Amino acid sequence: MSMAADSLDQRVGRIFESDRRNLASVRRRESLIFACLVACGMFSLAVTVAILVVLVTQTVNFFGFEEVTVGNFFGSIRWNPLLGAEKSFGIWALVSGTLMVTTIAMAIALPLGLITAVYLSEYAPSRVRSFLKPILEILAGIPTVVFGLFALTNNTPSLRLIDERFMIFNAMSGGIAVGILCLPTVCSLAEDALQAVPKTLREGAYGLGGTRFDAVMKVILPAALSGIVSAFLLAIARAVGETMVVAIACGNSPQVTYDPREQIQTMTGFMVQMATGDVSNYGIEYSSMYAVAGMLFLLTLSITMVGTVVRKRFREAYE
Amino acid sequence: MRLSFLFPVSLLVLATSFGCESKPSTNAKPANSSGALASDESYEVNEELQGEVKIDGSSTVFPISEAASAEFSKRFPNVSVTVGSSGTGGGFKKFNKGETDISDASRPVKAEEFASALKNNVKMIEVPVAYDGLTIVVHPDNDFLKEITVDQLKKIFNGDSPAQKWSDVDGAWPDREIKRYAPGTDSGTFDYFKEIVAGKTGSITDQLSASESDNVLVTGVAGSVDAIGFFGVAYYEENKDKLRAVPVINPKGEAVLPSMDAIKSGSYAPFSRPLFIYVNADSMKRPEVRMFVEFYLDNAPELAAANAYPPLPMEVYELARKNAQELTTGTHFLEEKEGKMEKREGPIAEVFVSENRYEG
Repeated sequence: MSMAADSLDQRVGRIFESDRRNLASVRRRESLIFACLVACGMFSLAVTVAILVVLVTQTVNFFGFEEVTVGNFFGSIRWNPLLGAEKSFGIWALVSGTLMVTTIAMAIALPLGLITAVYLSEYAPSRVRSFLKPILEILAGIPTVVFGLFALTNNTPSLRLIDERFMIFNAMSGGIAVGILCLPTVCSLAEDALQAVPKTLREGAYGLGGTRFDAVMKVILPAALSGIVSAFLLAIARAVGETMVVAIACGNSPQVTYDPREQIQTMTGFMVQMATGDVSNYGIEYSSMYAVAGMLFLLTLSITMVGTVVRKRFREAYE
Repeated sequence: MRLSFLFPVSLLVLATSFGCESKPSTNAKPANSSGALASDESYEVNEELQGEVKIDGSSTVFPISEAASAEFSKRFPNVSVTVGSSGTGGGFKKFNKGETDISDASRPVKAEEFASALKNNVKMIEVPVAYDGLTIVVHPDNDFLKEITVDQLKKIFNGDSPAQKWSDVDGAWPDREIKRYAPGTDSGTFDYFKEIVAGKTGSITDQLSASESDNVLVTGVAGSVDAIGFFGVAYYEENKDKLRAVPVINPKGEAVLPSMDAIKSGSYAPFSRPLFIYVNADSMKRPEVRMFVEFYLDNAPELAAANAYPPLPMEVYELARKNAQELTTGTHFLEEKEGKMEKREGPIAEVFVSENRYEG
């Protein structure tokens, strides 16, 4: 009797024991997976923090030079660290260059991208679509340096044919190239947003007797507004940070001007110039690169923040 | 969804803007490795010497180092010599961390670069390798600018009140606006011009078209009779048909064109500057680096001339060779004044002498 009970106990014990072992190993595996996922998540956080630390410490280092004052940095429109003894670090000269290129680029990329997206999503027959979409994706895959050379060897001569007062390096030429560069971003994200609008809404619009244009303008675009705005903001951030095209095509004369025929310098363009030239890498000029990078970071960060707010504001939720 | 992916993207945008991209420079010309070298007999093919020589720095010196590397590799096929061109500043940054054995420089080492090297215990041997003449160029049809003085250049290029019209500089010159072209403001060439025209305390006007690409300067100056520009003599040699070099009045009052002979003899003043390689003294203890530097110096006049750079006076090469052989470190272009390191001015033959050596 006791023998049998014992053996039953033992058997039950063994079963539980093996189960416990299983459970433990399952738990171990689960926690391993969890740790792995956390590590992956933390990686981008760690990189962000590392970049921020570099930016902040180096920017502080820059403002530590006696020739530099915060008032001059934010209060002047002259940026001439390399022209001689009297240096002025007025960031607005570079910011205005960046804004000019971004404005020109967005004047091309936003309307063209959105219209293309509407065409692809709402109007294009599936055969045309299957042919056009890959072409747009190829455009997205072209290296930016190629766009830069395209601007210099194609845009600039064409612009000079129209008006010979265009300088060889000018804001317009680079701006157009950046616009083309941003086109696929705007187009494919906006198209995703349009496609995400439920079919029932579209059909509802037709059912009420609307034309295709009515449906697009009055129903689909408003419904997709949040996604479209995100696409726009992403494109703007891309244009602000674009480096290679402007370094090649826009010149390196930092100045505040409204004339897109002039040569300018963007924030990214200045950083490239500092990172590669004959300038001493221990001096104030080189250090100023980090202050410019910090400013650029603030700019892209604020675009992202605006994006978050706008998305929340315009978000239309459908099931 | 969208929300979470925007942030990393904006970071990416930022990260790319940090400049892991290279400058669109057309300065680097292909090395001219044809032509017999003086040392053809003295260096026999040697397959026993092995190792690596790492060079980086100025894109102006690049063609000379590249040619030296090509010729050296023919005789020492098992030594790999790599030559980069990340600019004089970027070159010193690597050199000062001990990452490269030799740093090409289109200007003498600056005080802060020298100090940083000392701090990292990197000792440098200064080796001038060639001259570069800064050429003042105008449109071939420009018939009024027969010659130019440094003072006139100051009037045209100074930062305080630059002349707007040619007639502001000289009453006999036309009443038309001056168009100025200059190499990239970050270049050693610009730095040198600035030193002569603006001095230590002045500035250059920002009313100029500055470009990294020498091609653009050629196009710009060749495109207008009212244009004036400057760049290295090697580039002028290649574009002689499109531009006219303006003779510069030297301190003796003679109008001199930047010919090879004029630069060599020192009569093209003050616009001729030396180019350098700086050798890490520790690297110099390695046989392959020692052999390479020796080879470089033996052939420097030919290598320089093949790339349109005038060679330096023989005594400069002799002292450089002596310093290299004896591992004599330091620079001749800095001096201590009131506790601060300052640049020493003057023609290279006068500055590059043993007494001026400064070890910090």
